Amino acid sequence: MSEHDVLNPKHMPHDPEKATLEGKNKFMGFWFFLGGETVLFASLFGTYLALKDSTNGGSSSEELFGLELVFIMTMLLLTSSLTSVYAMYHMKNHDFKKMQIWLGITVALGLGFLGCEIYEFYHYIHGYEFTMRSSAFGSAFYTLVGFHGGHVVFGLLWIIALMIRNAKRGLNLYNAPKFYIASLYWHFIDVVWVFIFTVVYLMGVL
Amino acid sequence: MSTMVATNKKGFGATLWDYLTTVDHKKIAILYLVAGGFFFILGGLEALAIRWQLVQPMNDFVSAGFYNELITMHGTTMIFLAAMPLIFAFMNAVVPLQIGARDVAFPFLNSLGFWLFLFGGIMLNVGWFTGGAADAGWTAYAPLSTTSLGEGVDYYVLGLQISGAGTLIGGINFLVTIVNMRAPGMTYMRMPLFTWTAFVASALILFAFPALTVGLFLMMFDRLFGAGFFDPAMGGNSVIWQHLFWIFGHPEVYILALPAFGIFSEIISTFSKKRLFGYTAMVFATVLIGFLGFMVWAHHMFTVGMGPAANSIFAVATMAIAVPTGIKIFNWLFTLWGGNIQINTPMLWALGFIPTFTLGGMTGVMVAAASADFQYHDTYFVVAHFHYVIVGGVVFALLAGTHYWWPKMFGTILDDKLGKITFWLFFIGFHLTFFIQHFLGLMGMPRRYWVYLEGQGLDLGNLISTIGAFLMGIGTIVLLINIIKTSVKNEKVSGDPWDARTLEWAIPSPPPFYNFKQLPLVRGLDPLWVEKTEGRKGMTPAEPLTDIHMPNNSFLPFVMSLGLFIAGFGFIYQKYDLSWLIVLFIGMGITLGCMLIRSVKDDLGYHIHKEDLKKEAEE
Repeated sequence: MSEHDVLNPKHMPHDPEKATLEGKNKFMGFWFFLGGETVLFASLFGTYLALKDSTNGGSSSEELFGLELVFIMTMLLLTSSLTSVYAMYHMKNHDFKKMQIWLGITVALGLGFLGCEIYEFYHYIHGYEFTMRSSAFGSAFYTLVGFHGGHVVFGLLWIIALMIRNAKRGLNLYNAPKFYIASLYWHFIDVVWVFIFTVVYLMGVL
Repeated sequence: MSTMVATNKKGFGATLWDYLTTVDHKKIAILYLVAGGFFFILGGLEALAIRWQLVQPMNDFVSAGFYNELITMHGTTMIFLAAMPLIFAFMNAVVPLQIGARDVAFPFLNSLGFWLFLFGGIMLNVGWFTGGAADAGWTAYAPLSTTSLGEGVDYYVLGLQISGAGTLIGGINFLVTIVNMRAPGMTYMRMPLFTWTAFVASALILFAFPALTVGLFLMMFDRLFGAGFFDPAMGGNSVIWQHLFWIFGHPEVYILALPAFGIFSEIISTFSKKRLFGYTAMVFATVLIGFLGFMVWAHHMFTVGMGPAANSIFAVATMAIAVPTGIKIFNWLFTLWGGNIQINTPMLWALGFIPTFTLGGMTGVMVAAASADFQYHDTYFVVAHFHYVIVGGVVFALLAGTHYWWPKMFGTILDDKLGKITFWLFFIGFHLTFFIQHFLGLMGMPRRYWVYLEGQGLDLGNLISTIGAFLMGIGTIVLLINIIKTSVKNEKVSGDPWDARTLEWAIPSPPPFYNFKQLPLVRGLDPLWVEKTEGRKGMTPAEPLTDIHMPNNSFLPFVMSLGLFIAGFGFIYQKYDLSWLIVLFIGMGITLGCMLIRSVKDDLGYHIHKEDLKKEAEE
């Protein structure tokens, strides 16, 4: 396949993200990468579980966590995962405009989640003097949840960059895999949050 | 950019630029070989300094503090900056050729992986010049590491973090390469054993390195940002570091050892003129070792106090690894059995490896017995054990591989006589150094102490050990002389100087930058041998002559890695003065900016036209 056919395909195949060898490689490589990310978060969860009661006389999880805010955050992020599925659905149907719209909604929901998380951290730090340095529990909490938050930031920047870069030229076989793996990344962030919601927040207050 | 790369001589500047921007797996292999070789010599010099300090009781060659830095940097350098990159050198040089591919799946990432490793390696060693390198042992146990003064351990943390990212990228790259890029007919069960071991080792990298990444992050937060993961005063727990480190650290042993097994499988089969005995069992054993490698990390922690139940489970799981490893040893022996054996330098290393590694494996079962390990723990017995495994297994394999694949990588052949001298010096030196250490350990000599007392029966053993270490040093010098001599003589060899069996020998030495003009059709295990037995000289092509797609060179990987290198200094020195955060932001800005450029700038590669390929063939 020549460079021209990749950028301006005569007709788009059903799975544009896997139509080229480069696309297939990216698809598979990214799944492997997510496997590594799973170990990364598993290690962080293990550390958190070991240290979650080491409050060093400071605030404990029962005092800190409120499920209302966490519920809103969970809804925002779970919905954003759904909207990114819609975006990929439209990508597979070669409807670039609708894909951009749904990705835009995904980004908006992601930003909402991020806003809540920043508020939450701010609240803990200023309301409870609960920081990275206050106890081993604090270190473990901010590291685990912060790593997730960092992933959200990176994912948002990534999706926004792709949307702006390709806004004018539409979908082709070169950028389809990029959109696809960005959405995979977004799903992964969502899956990690489900575990954070359960292990950190639910188990923290119950 | 469809012109052919000029084959005539280029100036130094052009060559340098070529290597700084290359995405060609063969050139990246050479970069890994040179950089890994450099760090191997550096780590070797550190080892010689250690042995010189221990040559006599109460020696004062180095201070106690400097001795701590030496042992720490020797271990860290040898594992992360010498053995790993040298394994990657051969994986890069050989795996794409063995599966009949034109490059790896992600040539850009391949280059990025190398530069991350190199800048990480430099970062680790910066500590030497800023008041002391890392001094908490290569395992960097907390609280020794979290309370170590100065910046040495900070350089350890940041350096390993950067080079570890490079290794992870490399692992993913080879996984995808082997799954997606195999030539027509190259089924999984026809893959050469080196490719198989590279595949399993890459999977181990993928699942082991993130644990180290997390451990290093926690250590960084503790040391530089006031967190309390490992600080009991804040409710932390220092054993967490040990778990994370060994969840990475034990698979790391197999990440190194499995490709070493692969190298020897190729060599033993080639120079016995037989197909590998029990190929299927070898593949099975490789996968099983990889799997079990994740189940045994806590055998490094028997004395921590995990309790008899945990200790027993990890002891039994560890001993189980002896079974697939034993399968391998017997398969090598049966490959030799009745073979038409040719003894040259690579084969000598292979023959030396089998008994040496078996000894290391047997002491491995000894230290796996948890109750007995309470005696061996932190003594020279353990030092002897892991050097038998890592030097007797991995370093022997790397030296064997250097002699075996040198013709493929450089088009010249290393002198066999000098090679044999290297082998005998190194082999005898190795056993002199480490065999006696078993007994020193059993007599109670502890690891990591900078002096020992007179009259405790340790003098002679240590003297012998030091003599052996210097013999290994001399052997390495002979190898360097061999390399210089061979390069100066520059006598070109054919594509297949060993009358070998696998695909890499079916193309010229060194291979053209596109590797295979036409992708080969693989018709069995040892595909080149299959063709030879049917009277053909080379491989049957699987496709007509067509345009070849090639990736573009890029300078971005170098700059991206440089950015992280700069950011590392910001991370470290902001602990004294927050204005260093500017350096952190500049460095991260460079790296993230490069990532953005990579994302938005189209890079579709170029094509070599078949007319040019034909023209080249006629010339």
